Amino acid sequence: MSTDTPTIVLVGHGMVGQRFLEALAERGLTATHRVVVLCEEPRPAYDRVQLTSYFSGKTPEDLSMTDLAFIEAHGIELHVGDPAETVDRAAREVTARSGLVVGYDVLVLATGSYPFVPPVPNKDAEGCFVYRTIEDLLAIEEYARRSTTGAVVGGGLLGLEAAGALKGLGLNTHIVEFAPRLMPVQVDEGGGAALLRTIEDMGLSVHTGVGTQEIVTDDAGAVTGMKLSDGSELATDLVVFSAGVRPRDQLARACGLDVGERGGVAVDEQCRTVTDPHVFAIGECALAADGRVYGLVAPGYEQAATVAATIAEDEAAFTGADLSTKLKLLGVDVASFGDAHGTAGDCLDVVYSDSRAGLYKKLVIGRDGTLLGGILVGDAEAYGTLRAFTGSVPPVAPESLVLPAGAGAPAQLGPSALPDDAVVCSCHNVTKGTIRAAVTDHRCTTVPEVKKCTKAGTGCGSCVKVLGQLVNAELEASGVEVDKGLCACFSQTREELYEIVLALRVTSYRELLDRHGRETARGGDGCEVCKPAVGSIIASLAPTIGAGTHVLDGEQAALQDTNDHFLANLQKNGSYSVVPRIPGGEIAPEKLIVIGEIARDFNLYTKITGGQRIDMFGARVEQLPLIWARLVDAGFESGHAYGKSLRTVKSCVGQTWCRYGVQDSVRMAIDLELRYRGLRSPHKLKSAVSGCQRECAEAQSKDFGVIATANGWNLYVGGNGGATPRHADLLAQDLSDAELVRLIDRFLMFYIRTADRLERTSVWLDRIPGGLDHVRDVVVHDSLGICDELEALMAAHVSHYRDEWAEAIGDPEKLARFVSFVNAPDTPDPVVAFVPERDQIKPDLPLLNIGLRPADDILEGTATR
Amino acid sequence: MTLTLETTDLKVRLRLTDDWFTVCDLSTLLPGRGVAALLPDGRQVAVFADRSGRLYAIDNRDPFTGAAVLSRGLTGTHQGRPFVASPLLKQRFDLESGQCLDDETVRVTAYEVKAA
Repeated sequence: MSTDTPTIVLVGHGMVGQRFLEALAERGLTATHRVVVLCEEPRPAYDRVQLTSYFSGKTPEDLSMTDLAFIEAHGIELHVGDPAETVDRAAREVTARSGLVVGYDVLVLATGSYPFVPPVPNKDAEGCFVYRTIEDLLAIEEYARRSTTGAVVGGGLLGLEAAGALKGLGLNTHIVEFAPRLMPVQVDEGGGAALLRTIEDMGLSVHTGVGTQEIVTDDAGAVTGMKLSDGSELATDLVVFSAGVRPRDQLARACGLDVGERGGVAVDEQCRTVTDPHVFAIGECALAADGRVYGLVAPGYEQAATVAATIAEDEAAFTGADLSTKLKLLGVDVASFGDAHGTAGDCLDVVYSDSRAGLYKKLVIGRDGTLLGGILVGDAEAYGTLRAFTGSVPPVAPESLVLPAGAGAPAQLGPSALPDDAVVCSCHNVTKGTIRAAVTDHRCTTVPEVKKCTKAGTGCGSCVKVLGQLVNAELEASGVEVDKGLCACFSQTREELYEIVLALRVTSYRELLDRHGRETARGGDGCEVCKPAVGSIIASLAPTIGAGTHVLDGEQAALQDTNDHFLANLQKNGSYSVVPRIPGGEIAPEKLIVIGEIARDFNLYTKITGGQRIDMFGARVEQLPLIWARLVDAGFESGHAYGKSLRTVKSCVGQTWCRYGVQDSVRMAIDLELRYRGLRSPHKLKSAVSGCQRECAEAQSKDFGVIATANGWNLYVGGNGGATPRHADLLAQDLSDAELVRLIDRFLMFYIRTADRLERTSVWLDRIPGGLDHVRDVVVHDSLGICDELEALMAAHVSHYRDEWAEAIGDPEKLARFVSFVNAPDTPDPVVAFVPERDQIKPDLPLLNIGLRPADDILEGTATR
Repeated sequence: MTLTLETTDLKVRLRLTDDWFTVCDLSTLLPGRGVAALLPDGRQVAVFADRSGRLYAIDNRDPFTGAAVLSRGLTGTHQGRPFVASPLLKQRFDLESGQCLDDETVRVTAYEVKAA
């Protein structure tokens, strides 16, 4: 016990412990108190929430949350790797493992939790892990090097994170969950189903409704598999237990503090232990006054602030917390907030579910229209806004908040609609007003600055998107310029560069960089962002500005991304796929046979694409010219599957065969595909033509889609499938063939002119000022007087089109680049090899990890070497 | 392995432990675009020239995916230093040191290279 300066001892230096230290410092308590921290882990507090990001390249240092300068500046005595072992409450002393004895006036327990490992036989075998600390991750990473299969016990939030990590380490990954669905705590049955489908599509195997009964080991005691409760056995080299956590309350139990029936140090609303007024408990080790143990970081932070306030003799209380969460698990957005399961009496659900797209959105609404909570799976864009509206009646109808953009009345409920007192960052309880003030009063101009100033966005990170929108809106409102430049080389947007290239007839990237680039970038080699973007602009305008019309002409060759550079699609093991154009999806048997013969002769994996054509995988660089020589010979041409350019124009059979068809959709699709083939654009372009309103070609999910009517054609634009589906908007109705083509000419050229790099038409249409109405004014009503120019640009493209592959195989200089090795052009890349699967081939991926394997194991992916 | 090269032009040569290994004619290199070369011991090297004609050589294997593709990446200049971005997942590597610019724990071998 100290005599003059009172002492605060903190046991545990995790995220909540660190937040507690910051709260002490903010209240000036570090100046008036001696603060001693005992930390078990070998490193100070780090961001456990982002633990998995270690596998995507973050280092332990990146994850650190502890600024040692802060610790030093506030005179905090931090002892890492030295856990508290005993507490003598009578003497008010803590003894650490090293023998260090510290007297305290206030003791704060922030010991966190430990992973629960179900008591199954052999649970401690070699190859069994938990997923909690950086050390756990390092051990898993090391062990995974010798493994091919991994299983995660537990399909909750952490379990899915762990599964994602195993998959990222190249393991065949299984998830075993006792409950009948994944993430049983956060999502309901519908959400679980959407999640399951998406996760299985990623190649993970999910076993729900089964328990783990025993870990099976070999003679040496290493894991070889696990027995499940349904009697089956799962072979696996590695097991990660992620079946929940339990409060670490042993220290508290040992010194006689009350703990809950199911664990957790019992505390009151000030987080003071109910047994001893000198001892507090916060975070995952505490059983809060509302009878819950909170496993999320936000409530822990609130508890930390409560204790600091209580020590400072301020009034504060922790009475319970919101369990809202938003995560990106395995690339899938999952969020739940408020009363997600609708436990309040008399509440109603609004549900939007699209199993095809893996989307599930549910809002729980009170009788009076109050938003009580919800679940979002597959698309959690609206999470930040919805959570902030929880507890109030949103200004628009609830159904419009869950419908995808473009369906029904679009809900433009951006962050600007939020009141100033809405909580944007719930981890640090930061309101919209505080964020706005950071920009207006504290002159923050970027998201990182605002994060530093307000702490918003530094917890789980789910609000960072909303943060960005708020910062930009606030900056624009106060007239500050935001750097919208393309990259570190150009301060112009893509649209501005397009105008420069067109107006000044710039045909060389270097010339553009040296004359119009940022001062610091001139004379340099540019970067991987602007090179392909400028390459695309030059290619779009090539015939008009007088540039070479082949993407591999001269300097242009060095601007192209690898797909364009080899006129094929790079796949994960360094092999390429080949897609010949099949306009409208119509193909004669003779040509089908040619594709079959080529695929057979080169032993390529074949798959029918969503765009009604055939993709052939597994070609080596040096085989591409040989394959294309045969394709060109048979009358095929490049399908531009590798380019940011027109992909396909899908069609249904239309009037010719179909009882319902009202126009010849196949002919129109072929005409359109041949007209726009080879057109370079800011992103890929997809199209479709349906022969009647039944829409079998799914034209409304395309960048430009055409649907036949009794009187002609309806043109839809801005549709998209993929991760963010959007139904296309109707641009014009009942067009003749010529009117249709003219409008598409103008629309595409206006898009190419004004879109950002890699901005699909769907995003572009939502972004440009005035939206669809503006685009209609420009391309239908010619409000800017540029339609003649747009049409002329397209006419130049159409008349100058030549097949890239036919030209390449006739040009020895271009062909010289299609070699495996510059000094051994006939030697195939030894790490490109294949193994059999379902009567075809697939990449030999383990080979990529080990480098080489004995030649007789390899199924040769080539007949003509 | 076939080594059919003309003898009149300058050659790109790579420093192996003891001697200089001839990779290709200097004229084969297109500024901003790499080529892959096979070393006698089976390793692969990606060789690049920048717009000023300076040569660089690093290991061709992309450490993030295991595929031998770094020679097919786009090059550029980051804060005055030359880099190549992997064509698979776009991580950038310093061409002089082999250091990954997006992950300080990752580095590929860099080779000494000259035209002679």
